[in-house]
Amino acid sequence: MTVEVRLPTVLRPHAGGATTVSAEGTTIGEVIESLVGRYPGMSGQVLTPEGSLHRFVNVYVNDDDVRYLDQLDTKVADGDTVSILPAVAGG
Amino acid sequence: MPTTVFGEILAHCLAGLPDEACGLIAGDAASGSVLRWYPTRNAAASAKLYEVDPRDLLRADRDAESSGTELIGVVHSHTHTGAYPSPTDVVQAPDPAWHYVLVSLRDTHPAMRSYRIVGGRISEELLALESR
Repeated sequence: MTVEVRLPTVLRPHAGGATTVSAEGTTIGEVIESLVGRYPGMSGQVLTPEGSLHRFVNVYVNDDDVRYLDQLDTKVADGDTVSILPAVAGG
Repeated sequence: MPTTVFGEILAHCLAGLPDEACGLIAGDAASGSVLRWYPTRNAAASAKLYEVDPRDLLRADRDAESSGTELIGVVHSHTHTGAYPSPTDVVQAPDPAWHYVLVSLRDTHPAMRSYRIVGGRISEELLALESR
């Protein structure tokens, strides 16, 4: 499966300034693995050292936040759009 | 910031009481000019914390991009403290290029101030209102 990944401003420098890149995978976990394999600089900003999604990052498949689906096991289909956005939170 | 947006932000923050309220601003990153305001839900539903609802965040990001602007900052209210970033705000500030706008509802009159947060350092910036 090939999906389009929309990158937030803070991750674009790791991909040569691109706003969207394509990535491969059947789940969000595989898509992110393919992404950080190609752009290793993104790894620490998207994943924790244990390999789970960083809690300050929102990842969406089309319109849905994967946190409310199956997290990294969320399935993706050919042509889906995956969006990564930094969570906006505070106190 | 347009005076209309200023008024809408204050109204949104007051309507969010007793919880903190939040929203996103879009505009021109180079000049810091605010062109759009997106009130969002506080997913934390708390008087002490806020989290911009992830779905509202995605919608605002797409809308800003399709209108030729970009998200340039976040607004949130403090219900019992001043208009100054809390330690939590500093730790969770995702983008050094963003404007962090704080609205304090502690006193009778709301107060609004704007900051940059870069590498854990807070610096206040001028928040100018424009009549449009």
